[in-house]
Amino acid sequence: MKKIDSTKRYEQLTERMGNGDVDRRSFFSLLGAAGITAGLTGGAMTMMATQARAAGTSLNFEGWGGVVSEALRANAFAPYEAATGNTVVDATFGGEAEVLTKIKAAGNTDGHNILHSSGVSWYQRWVENGYGVALNEANIPNMANVMTAIIDPFRKITPDSLSAVPYDYGTTGIAYNTKYVSKEEAEALGANLLLKKELKGKIGGWGGDWANRAWYGALQSNQNPNDIQDWDAVWEKAREHRDLVLKYWSSGAELMDLLAKEEIYVTEAWSGRVAALQAQGHPIAYMDPPNGLAWMESMFVLKGSPMAEAEELLNFMLDPETALAVAEGQKYPSSLDPNKVEMSDAVKALPAFDATGTLSTLVFRDPTKWNPVEKEQTKQWNRVSKGG
Amino acid sequence: MAESKEFDPRPWYLLAPSMLAIIALVVIPMSFILVYSFYENIDLAIDRVAFQFGNWQELLTDSYYHTAIWKTLRLSIIVTVLAAVLGYIPAYFIAMTKYRHKWLLLLLLILPFWVSFIIRTLSWIHIMGNQGAINGILMWLGLTDTPVSMMFNEFAVIVGFIHVFLPYMILNIYVSLEGIDENLEPAARTLGATPWQAFREVTLPLSLPGLAAGSLLVFVLTGGSYVTPLILGGPGDFLFGNLIYDAVVVELNWPMGATLSFTLLVLLGLVVALYSRLMGMNQLSKAFG
Repeated sequence: MKKIDSTKRYEQLTERMGNGDVDRRSFFSLLGAAGITAGLTGGAMTMMATQARAAGTSLNFEGWGGVVSEALRANAFAPYEAATGNTVVDATFGGEAEVLTKIKAAGNTDGHNILHSSGVSWYQRWVENGYGVALNEANIPNMANVMTAIIDPFRKITPDSLSAVPYDYGTTGIAYNTKYVSKEEAEALGANLLLKKELKGKIGGWGGDWANRAWYGALQSNQNPNDIQDWDAVWEKAREHRDLVLKYWSSGAELMDLLAKEEIYVTEAWSGRVAALQAQGHPIAYMDPPNGLAWMESMFVLKGSPMAEAEELLNFMLDPETALAVAEGQKYPSSLDPNKVEMSDAVKALPAFDATGTLSTLVFRDPTKWNPVEKEQTKQWNRVSKGG
Repeated sequence: MAESKEFDPRPWYLLAPSMLAIIALVVIPMSFILVYSFYENIDLAIDRVAFQFGNWQELLTDSYYHTAIWKTLRLSIIVTVLAAVLGYIPAYFIAMTKYRHKWLLLLLLILPFWVSFIIRTLSWIHIMGNQGAINGILMWLGLTDTPVSMMFNEFAVIVGFIHVFLPYMILNIYVSLEGIDENLEPAARTLGATPWQAFREVTLPLSLPGLAAGSLLVFVLTGGSYVTPLILGGPGDFLFGNLIYDAVVVELNWPMGATLSFTLLVLLGLVVALYSRLMGMNQLSKAFG
């Protein structure tokens, strides 16, 4: 079952138009109809969804929306529902902080079961806040195919058991429109392409994550992102970038929209979203600058979830056939070990794909360096992003 | 004969359900928020129960918050003035028209409320964006070779606010205009007033309660917004509400978020109090018919 909200409906429509599946006139007609439907029937839909959920075991999943959610729905959730009779209610979140805020406000995890969680830092935060579970890995035999290198960082935090299964990984590199920026120029400038003054008003940036901005600030101020010594220099570069930025985007769908409509020519970007744009035929190139940011995502199970069904779903999602189909759909490499599972050519061609199965070619955030400064530097980023 | 001073409880019985609802849904939650503002945020999402003034001290001494208050007041005033000017004309037209299907005009006015607020706001990207309708027409007419940049700036935010809040202004002014005796303007004309004088000295003053009520609503709604700047604004386009969002959802600092929320409540409450002082709250009920 799919929980549709207005934003998601809009994202789906824009993607369909981007893919050429729907013409502009139909797009606007459907957009209007979607808006009216949301305005008039939101309450009724919610009520019907509640009744439907009461009919059997249902799992609430929250993820990143757009092509990522589409890939999960088509290749994992729908087949799982058909195979088991259980229901997966998938929704789009605005970020894990939003979910944590809701859970804290409600005082319980009702309505939240599985999150498409980003990075080791959030894994640690969920666990430390008491929302973790102990997965019975015997019920998830497909875990045997997952790369050891991607499991280890999670196991370091909870050595006795896991509360999530690593599912995919990617990079946050730089996307640029090849009509306005050449490959040679992009590679010569690296992270400093985001600071090119001639592109003022045509540069974007991800506004949703302080650490992403700081990582690029570190690269631009010639520091090791995993050992930042001079935070002032980092934020000075972030200010320099801010003064050139048209818009800080806050979701993958917005990123794709800004690039596709040529509102911006250059931005840091998520590798999979750029691959999706390329598949749609847009002249967008992608590069990972030296020491570019890599990240891994997991399927985090929250306390209070029906464990047997959750483990069954995770195992289903890690089945090689399912995991590779999702990877091809969402354009992010799977967490499965390429030494154990034969990857398709499409997966091998994805940005950030690591053929060694060790992830040694990628640089991830070191949580021991980043987590202790998060409170102070998040606040700093919010100020810098608003002109401070 | 001396007037009876006996206490009549009946109005209180009638008011009781509303008052209980206000206490349960506004006063008690806001009290919790006030109490929370004295708590201390130890780390992201981790608060300590305390009675300390750190959050309030930060609010009062940090120019970051003062800038946001100034930006919010400034933008609220701009949106309110523009909405008043732009809203008066259609309201006047609807009130004065002899068109027998006036209900249709009013229906058109409330039609946007049937469409999700988010969708309505996002629609501006397809209208004013680089590949939007306006740029498409300008380029088709050969008036420009490259798209004119209209999105993700203060202008786009103002347009978004006006789009969403204009019906509130029009409806308030319309109700006020509808209540004016339609013989007054002709009477002024027969006494020698020009059409403009009749409007300025008769209709406009009598419609002021509606104009003021609409302005109050638009001002308060704009001042408390955060989604519109998030969708349509650039990096520098933010309101006080965006700082609350940052504190609560991004920094996971609820005590600071509570401090900022209570401050916004007080600031907007002051505007309502000022309105009450100048216009009297009974003018609101007049405006709403």
